[in-house]
Amino acid sequence: MVDLTRRFDVLVIGGGNAALCAAISARRAGASVLVLEGAPKFYRGGNTRHTRNMRCAHDAATEILTGPYTEEEFWKDLLLVTGGQTDEELARFMIHESKDILNWIVEQGVRWQPSLGGTLSLGRTNSFFLGGGRAMLNALYRTAEELGVDILYDAEVIDLNIEHGMFLSAQLKQPVGGRTEVRASTLVAAAGGFEANIEWLKQYWGEAADNFLIRGTPYNRGAILKMLLAKGVQEIGDPTQCHAVAIDARAPKFDGGIITRHDSVVFGIVVNKHAERFYDEGEDIWPKRYAIWGRLVAAQPDQIAYIIFDSTVVTSFMPTLFPPIAGATLAELAGKLELDAAALEKTIADFNAAVQPGTFDHTILDDCRTEGITPAKTHWARRIETPPYLAYPVRPGITFTYLGTRVNKQSRMLMKDGKPSANMFAAGEIMAGNVLGKGYAAGIGMTIGSVFGRVAGREAAKNARN
Amino acid sequence: MHGTRTLQEADRLMTVCNSCRYCEGLCAVFPAMEMRRAFSDGDLNYLANLCHSCGACYTDCQFSPPHEFNVNVPKTLAVARAESYAAYAWPRAFSGAFARNGLVISLIAALSVAAFIFGFAALNDRGVLTGSHTGPGAFYKLMPHNAMALLFGAALLYAILALAMGVWAFWRDIGEPVGRTTNAKSLLQAVRDAGELRYLDGGGVGCFNEDDHPTDRRKLYHHFTFYGFLLCFAATCVGTLYHYLLAREAPYAWWDLPVVLGTLGGIGLVVGPIGLLSEKWKRDRVLVDEQSMGMDTAFILMLFLTSITGLALLLWRESAAMGPLLALHLGVVFALFITMPYGKFVHGIYRFVALVRYARERQMMAE
Repeated sequence: MVDLTRRFDVLVIGGGNAALCAAISARRAGASVLVLEGAPKFYRGGNTRHTRNMRCAHDAATEILTGPYTEEEFWKDLLLVTGGQTDEELARFMIHESKDILNWIVEQGVRWQPSLGGTLSLGRTNSFFLGGGRAMLNALYRTAEELGVDILYDAEVIDLNIEHGMFLSAQLKQPVGGRTEVRASTLVAAAGGFEANIEWLKQYWGEAADNFLIRGTPYNRGAILKMLLAKGVQEIGDPTQCHAVAIDARAPKFDGGIITRHDSVVFGIVVNKHAERFYDEGEDIWPKRYAIWGRLVAAQPDQIAYIIFDSTVVTSFMPTLFPPIAGATLAELAGKLELDAAALEKTIADFNAAVQPGTFDHTILDDCRTEGITPAKTHWARRIETPPYLAYPVRPGITFTYLGTRVNKQSRMLMKDGKPSANMFAAGEIMAGNVLGKGYAAGIGMTIGSVFGRVAGREAAKNARN
Repeated sequence: MHGTRTLQEADRLMTVCNSCRYCEGLCAVFPAMEMRRAFSDGDLNYLANLCHSCGACYTDCQFSPPHEFNVNVPKTLAVARAESYAAYAWPRAFSGAFARNGLVISLIAALSVAAFIFGFAALNDRGVLTGSHTGPGAFYKLMPHNAMALLFGAALLYAILALAMGVWAFWRDIGEPVGRTTNAKSLLQAVRDAGELRYLDGGGVGCFNEDDHPTDRRKLYHHFTFYGFLLCFAATCVGTLYHYLLAREAPYAWWDLPVVLGTLGGIGLVVGPIGLLSEKWKRDRVLVDEQSMGMDTAFILMLFLTSITGLALLLWRESAAMGPLLALHLGVVFALFITMPYGKFVHGIYRFVALVRYARERQMMAE
């Protein structure tokens, strides 16, 4: 039993990578630590459950990384994906710290493995967790428990008592035990974003948000973020934006994870419910473009679209969780998808007629393109003419949101007046917007979580001692 | 569509796993899965026998129950594995022996022990059975050596024949698309992988058994059991060679090779099975194929009884208890031999064959 009458040095709210790194580093610095995870034990860890790698700078190849990835190169990649929407000082600090995280995280029990099959492009830059994100979480939880960190599950925080930027206590609500006031000298907020809060998403997306699928657990509701912003913490990041990819429309509403994704867009065409194309499917290589398709589909009527291809390309991409829907003719396929058959036949006939001769190579920007149709397909355009015709229905799958709390290099929250909070820190997705104003680069969410989690824990422990 | 509901479920899981692949660093099952996009019955039986049941992929899986995808690879493959033993059994008429294996094995063991006691009593006068005998050839006063060699040789040969037929059926079933060929290199690799239990380690951290704390205990106890078994087998072989080549008759002195090998092996076969049984009892039920508990327990107990009766015979071979103890030991060993093709023993053979196939597949991928 956890003694909730005592006053803890550090209260960590959240249960993912950032929260656990904070808890472990605070405990290692000598602080007493309580972790409140809002989810049940199985769903602990928020989006970390579904991750698989982390992007860390390193000056030389390692056993599992194929070559160096310098701080400068990391910075350039970050600049590219965010279009400059990043806090340079914080970002460079994070990149520098990421070097040491490669070893530090191993000391916390996490194990690395070479990049997974089908992710060769990340072999140099990203370190993969042996067994994936849940294995990583399990290791962190084991370490935290062994160090004597107190952990509660199903531990929902319903209010924060904050005065003049100083955290005093949290109102905890548990299924058994009811409400308790939890006191602590410092707070580390690592409770993620609000991607699973459909009502909140509707503020920016309207009714369309009802058709969004959430890739992570239903527990990422942003309650802590909302409380902090309401109590004077400065916000950062575009509240209207979220990271969204096109995932299979047959996926569950929540927690379908990575396995519901589709990598087949570049091999076919994508049509909306009127059987019309709406965007260049061959704009750039897939790893650079997959993250725009969530938003593209979200802008289509009823937030649904269909990737259509033929039998010649079925083995060109990773096997999928849900099998493609098949039709011996385009009309049969249209029937199964409940699309207008004549419209689909026309779209494909127009597309096929526009395809120019070329040499197909999906690894480069090849010269297979269309001419005379709008939108064009500028690469990898080949006729769709070999039955059976196949389709995947897709919807927007929301990964995370960008709105967060402003922090400094100590991971300390900044208040609306610009002053640092006396004893409140933030780490992980809840403050990712400081570094990642928009866009995404594989594995960077975990870098933010581990680096700022570790810093937040250390600083909170120091703060609690003083 | 697949032949059984278990294989249907295994196919569903492999489809889920093949679109995820987070576990590919844990063992051989997932890399083997990634070489395929669709799974035949033979493929699934191959993957099932490649799985060492370390449990890591269950603990690590974000889709294990209570998630609605309900992914439980270790348990499903354990069930598929047990069903594959029955499916490949030779002759087919005996495949039913797997269904209520615990009962079958204990009945055969009891009958076999009874037969030896009855046989000794019937063929010798009472004084021989309960008398004490010492010196070379003491055992053979109860049962002539040639009779013993013939009986056990025949039992062993039958076991080998039945196992070989089963393995052949398995090999044919999993043989595509590599074909039925293999080579010395993949055999050697498989010997190493099996000898080290390379894939019973959760990808390096250890096995998951009763909770999410990995340990190497199952691997350790399995090593005790397996190498204990090998040492005992070696003791028997050396004894037979002594008898026929050097004309030296058992019982041998405590320092003589058959006794040293047998004693060390016997100790392994006491420690190992006790450890394995206790791990099995502690094991998280969610990972366990309940249907196979009888079969698993029966095999472990038979190994344990073999070593315990053998060690007892060694300790009391110069007393009047020698006769009954010899009957008990021979009865247990005889039962172990003839039930080998119809119980948990086959797991080692099929898994080894799956490892050979895996080594070959890896080679062909690299070529």
